Amino acid sequence: MAKLKLALYWAASCGGCEIAQLEIGDKILKLVEAADIVFWPVAIDVKYKDVEAMPDQSIDVCLFNGAIRNSEQEHMAKMLRNKSKVMIAYGSCAHEGCIPGLANMFNRQSIFERVYLETPSTVNKEKVIPQTRYQAPEGELVIPEFYDTVKTLPQTVDVDYIIPGCPPEERTTWLALEALLSGKLPPKGTVITHNAKAVCDDCPRERNVKKVKKIYRTFEIVPEPVICLLEQGLMCAGIATRGGCGAPCPQANMPCTGCYGPVDGVIDQGAHFLNAVASVIDSNDPVEIQRIIDDIQDPVGTFYRYSLADSILRRARIK
Amino acid sequence: MSWEPKIVGFLCNWCSYRGADLAGTTRLKFAPNVKVIKVPCSTRVEPAFVLKAFQFGADGVLILGCHPGDCHYVEGNYKTMRRLPLLKKMLAQLGVEEARVRLDWVSASEGEKYAKIVNDMTEVVRALGPFQPNNKEGNNG
Repeated sequence: MAKLKLALYWAASCGGCEIAQLEIGDKILKLVEAADIVFWPVAIDVKYKDVEAMPDQSIDVCLFNGAIRNSEQEHMAKMLRNKSKVMIAYGSCAHEGCIPGLANMFNRQSIFERVYLETPSTVNKEKVIPQTRYQAPEGELVIPEFYDTVKTLPQTVDVDYIIPGCPPEERTTWLALEALLSGKLPPKGTVITHNAKAVCDDCPRERNVKKVKKIYRTFEIVPEPVICLLEQGLMCAGIATRGGCGAPCPQANMPCTGCYGPVDGVIDQGAHFLNAVASVIDSNDPVEIQRIIDDIQDPVGTFYRYSLADSILRRARIK
Repeated sequence: MSWEPKIVGFLCNWCSYRGADLAGTTRLKFAPNVKVIKVPCSTRVEPAFVLKAFQFGADGVLILGCHPGDCHYVEGNYKTMRRLPLLKKMLAQLGVEEARVRLDWVSASEGEKYAKIVNDMTEVVRALGPFQPNNKEGNNG
């Protein structure tokens, strides 16, 4: 059998997904036995023009991580889609926007002003702001256009599978790679994980009371080791988040922040999480309810930490 | 044609929908801008319903339930009472004006209150103007 041709690419992401891909450890030897890596900017020197020269559909699988935040990333997403038989969104940024997607609370202008003019450590007397084209004495320089709105990979191109997580756990990565190598692929559109139910299904903590009088931030309390973190007033997103990660965070006393995205059938993870939090508030008094809610400093950042770009509203309205 | 506010009204089956019915049968005149969706209980209205209403072109969302203590399912409306302030706080961050979402209590005998709420909300939303979920900032390029 001919070896699989594998491409890996990164767009708006932190580089953590590349590390997660290497986390499969010595299984990488099995991978390179069965697959040739034809494009991987972080590790091998293949230029964009080399990818452009490849025939359409000549790459078997593309693992694409990172959100779409500028024109270069959109161009690469479209090109790799054309060149690849199977397109996989790898990691939360490609899947649902992730942390880069939180920039959808702002737009290009406000981000540029903050970054290039307002930050205390910036010295920019001429108030230079990036332009896409610049006429230098040596010739015209062109850089990608920065978009107002961060998009997810499925909002940009047709995506066959999703490997969720920020970054994906090693077991999730290998589950997907094994399916690829054995040719036993799930139906198109599947979010590949060990468990399609919520993180709570993997979590050993006990749930029983569901009554919260005060909401805490993680640094404010040391949680009790057995009881559900949400029931202790910590904003644990496990109840609104796809499982399969094995619930490592709640088992280490840290609330789930939601990186595996929504469970099947839920289109808006943040709204789902918000709903779950509201249901544990223990009060029938509007004033007290408001006081408890006031403990949540940043609802968008809490509920949509990974999924703002993939939410129903997708971004904040800016006047 | 001039713009008219489009308001989606989620009305609980047991109190508010009957209150709206009463407003009709007593032939009260009130604004025609609320499109009513009957729900079993105000707590059936998940936050995602409100977001979806905006996504599909609503300019405002009105949620009406039984008065606290009167819920047919004993405590459904208390859950709504906890959920809506949190949703509104989040919507405010996302640039959705607070007055576009309203929660109120209307019993089966309060036809007049229903008509007044509909009129009030229609005028409030009219003053805010059309809701554009992804305004020009939302377009790439």
